[in-house]
Amino acid sequence: MKESAKIRDLDWWLLAIVFALCGISLLQIHSATQNSPLAGMQWRQMTWILLGLVAMLIVSRIDYHTILDQAPLLYLIGLAALVAVLVVGQTRFGAKRWLPVLGAFLQVSELVKLIIIILLARFFSEVRSDQLSLPDLAKAAVLTGLPLVLILLQPDLGTALVLVPVTVVGAFLAGIHWKHAVALLVLAALMLPIGWHVLKPYQKERIETFLRPEEDPRGSGYQILQSKIAVGSGGFWGKGIGRGSQNQGGFVPVRYSDFIMAALAEELGFAGVLVTLLLFMALLLRLVQNAQRANDRAGMFLVMGVAAVLGFHLFVNVAMVIGYMPVTGIPLPLLSYGGSATLFVFLALGLVMNVRERRFVD
Amino acid sequence: MSYWFESEHKLPQSRLAIVSYVIVGIVGLLLLGFWKLQVIDADRYTLLAERNRIRTIPIIAPRGKMLDREGRVLVDNYPSFSVLLLRDNPEELERSLATIAEGLSMPLEELQREVEAAGGLPKFYPLIVKPEASQADIAFIESHRADLPLLEMLMVYRRRYFQNGFLAHASGYVGEVSAQQVEASNGRLRPGDIVGKSGLERQYNDVLMGTDGLRRAIVNSVGREVGRLEQTDAIPGKPIELTIDYDLQVMAEQALAGRKGSVVALDPRSGEILAMVSHPAPDSNVFAVRVPSEEWKRLNEDEDRPLLNRAIQAQLAPGSVFKIFMAAAILESKAVPENLTIFCPGYGTFYGRQFRCHTFDKGGHGVVDFHKAVVQSCDIFFYEAGKRLGIDRISYYAYQLGLGRKTGIDLPSEESGLVPSEDWKKRVFKQPWYPGETISVAIGQGATTTTPLQLAMTIGGIASGGVFKQPHLLKTKQNVPDFRFPLTEHTTEIITQAMYGVVNEGGTAAASRLEGIEFCGKTGTSQLISIEGRKRIGGGRRFTDNAWFVGYAPRRNPEIVVAVLVEHGEHGSTAAAPVARDIIKRYYEKKSQRGQQQYTVEYKRFELDPDSVLAKVKPAGKSELRGVETPPGPAVARPGR
Repeated sequence: MKESAKIRDLDWWLLAIVFALCGISLLQIHSATQNSPLAGMQWRQMTWILLGLVAMLIVSRIDYHTILDQAPLLYLIGLAALVAVLVVGQTRFGAKRWLPVLGAFLQVSELVKLIIIILLARFFSEVRSDQLSLPDLAKAAVLTGLPLVLILLQPDLGTALVLVPVTVVGAFLAGIHWKHAVALLVLAALMLPIGWHVLKPYQKERIETFLRPEEDPRGSGYQILQSKIAVGSGGFWGKGIGRGSQNQGGFVPVRYSDFIMAALAEELGFAGVLVTLLLFMALLLRLVQNAQRANDRAGMFLVMGVAAVLGFHLFVNVAMVIGYMPVTGIPLPLLSYGGSATLFVFLALGLVMNVRERRFVD
Repeated sequence: MSYWFESEHKLPQSRLAIVSYVIVGIVGLLLLGFWKLQVIDADRYTLLAERNRIRTIPIIAPRGKMLDREGRVLVDNYPSFSVLLLRDNPEELERSLATIAEGLSMPLEELQREVEAAGGLPKFYPLIVKPEASQADIAFIESHRADLPLLEMLMVYRRRYFQNGFLAHASGYVGEVSAQQVEASNGRLRPGDIVGKSGLERQYNDVLMGTDGLRRAIVNSVGREVGRLEQTDAIPGKPIELTIDYDLQVMAEQALAGRKGSVVALDPRSGEILAMVSHPAPDSNVFAVRVPSEEWKRLNEDEDRPLLNRAIQAQLAPGSVFKIFMAAAILESKAVPENLTIFCPGYGTFYGRQFRCHTFDKGGHGVVDFHKAVVQSCDIFFYEAGKRLGIDRISYYAYQLGLGRKTGIDLPSEESGLVPSEDWKKRVFKQPWYPGETISVAIGQGATTTTPLQLAMTIGGIASGGVFKQPHLLKTKQNVPDFRFPLTEHTTEIITQAMYGVVNEGGTAAASRLEGIEFCGKTGTSQLISIEGRKRIGGGRRFTDNAWFVGYAPRRNPEIVVAVLVEHGEHGSTAAAPVARDIIKRYYEKKSQRGQQQYTVEYKRFELDPDSVLAKVKPAGKSELRGVETPPGPAVARPGR
């Protein structure tokens, strides 16, 4: 394939949407941190984005089949890294999530998300039937379950849960039988009370707070309430960039990262939210379109795995900001500040580009 | 690997389509959520947002106390209120500035100027607009909480010093940090911070100054706190323990009362300053808040220069005290025979000019040898000795014995005094040295100047055989440096014998003799103007001689040296010597009480923990400290007069 063809084959629509979201992100990080000691953070985020773009181009060049061939090895590396984090990892904000790599601290769990997408794509594409059998379903559950438990031990409930939609979407597309689906739902419902006992006290508190935020407006309910106040007071047109009293006054918690959508909603109003969410919707639909045009099932599963993760992040994060979900600490892809998360998104998009570039092969 | 060869295995297009619908559904659901908050309930949340204010109020760290060598509090703090102006809402600030100015009875222009000056600071830093709130101010703020939410009261600690300038120059004073200091501090200091401006407050500012804390609170629309977000506690400054002995300081202040001058008492064995007085002294409490500009102007323009710490900054001719340095030069250089004997008729002619002895009117000292020359302070003897030594030898010994250079005491702005020499005159005046000048220098006149601290240190050092410990005020100072100019046993013996004679053998300070104490010393009387000149302008106090006395005890290896300067005191013997005598007497009284185990409660060392000091000092006047004449803390003390 010629060089020029490769450049042309990049999904330029997808990239345009990504760049638009990155632009909004830099603007909001700037606005949220300008009057604080963190001022200038947007430039660091910019660096991550550029690094991500380079990573994306590199990943898009390696034929995804080659990557899928290595899936079992990648999976083992991922598990080893997760164990390493638990043993020698850097503790920050009360959780062991960081491993020192090349002088920086990387969140291993971000990498594991990618590996699970690859592994499940390989696994589901090898199922040679339109119907997913029960043993195959069980295998998929075990493959996802191992890293999930390791991430839960960090503890990082949010990231652990991200692995679930990859499996769910994969199973759905692989043709899960509706009886199995119903059975799983019932099983999950029965597991809930047991899960409750496994949760850490702060996690329980967050969920209780989510259910009854007004009872504890100064404690952990504070975050959700403040977030809702910021969003609501933004009105239709917003207060203007850098003029949101809740954002600038420091009421919005981690307003440059997990709650960046609240800061955006306050300063840009419903209009800004509409544009941003429509961009996200376009991004996801574009991913589905790429999946539909994939050359084979493996490519489709890869792209849909990425879509599942991004969609889950979007839903859980934004729903949290407007008080529909408990605080889980899941960032908003492309908008929240964060090195590892940004790198993950671009690596994942690299996979998508990869699949797209090879859609006409054969 | 075979899985991708199954590409005839069709993609589940219908299920992918279902996923698309789910995506649209989810985004739609989220948009509905935003619509509800931002459009339907917008008014409610706008109201909540307006009520939502975070207020950042500093928590002021108290400065460390200053304690005397026995743990008694010399300088402490008292709580007070400052008026804070919050700057996080510029429009409201603009609107209410006039009302605030009126309510706090301060000029609007001044308030505006302060607000403008703080323009560069982040908006959440409040501004101290009135450092010491009056009862009326507090009432005004309390009653206008609702309509003037920008005003807030801040609990601060004000420095409390003894009144009437007791210890004022040594302790120094604090004040608001200057713009230059803020810039030079690398962000450690902020406008409005209180820092040490002079004396020990300035020298040990880094120790004394704590780190302010911060309280972030949620306040509602009427400025009432409804919740607390976070609090960073203030780290109080550390107390410092001084070498000052409160009892001796009281004695020194009292002995000098009402006169212009200075007293320095130190222990030459360690360099510890036991008392340091400079009069007149400002009341440091005046500086503890903002100094009114008229008051500042008055203090600066006062002819008596109350801001000058005479102990380290008064550079005056030492008069006859200088004869001790001459004596050392004679004995050490051997350029003048030790058994030099002259006849003093009350005057002498050197280089064709007549120089008088202070006994001119009484017909002179008669036959004078070395010992008598020091004891009776005969000028003619030292004129002759000076002539024989020459200026270079005199200045060499004076400098080596510690004059003409700073002692290195732990106080800012010490002066060095001056020992004139041929070189010095050439360098400064571009003129040759005239031999006649040597004659004046020989009796501590002419260009020679010293500070009281220098004389205390050097005379103490000479009497200790030539070991000069660096004077200092911080008790915990480690490895006190010294310099040495070893004097022979013989020299030390002869000089200390002579200084013993000054007090105990009918010398110039005979009136200050102390029974049972080897009190030694040397008087000095330095002219500010020639005798002829004074006659011409008819005298007047402005030109009355300065009186000096440097005394110590015991004769060998002294424990305490006291240098006294009484400006325009006329005679060292009558004006200055009794001051030193009183202090040394008090020192020995304390010592003997201690020897007999007669400890008063005061002698019990207080712990350095500021709270426990306070706790122990408080019940003072009642039971515990009964019978102790000196008040324990600045709160009630009015010493000095």
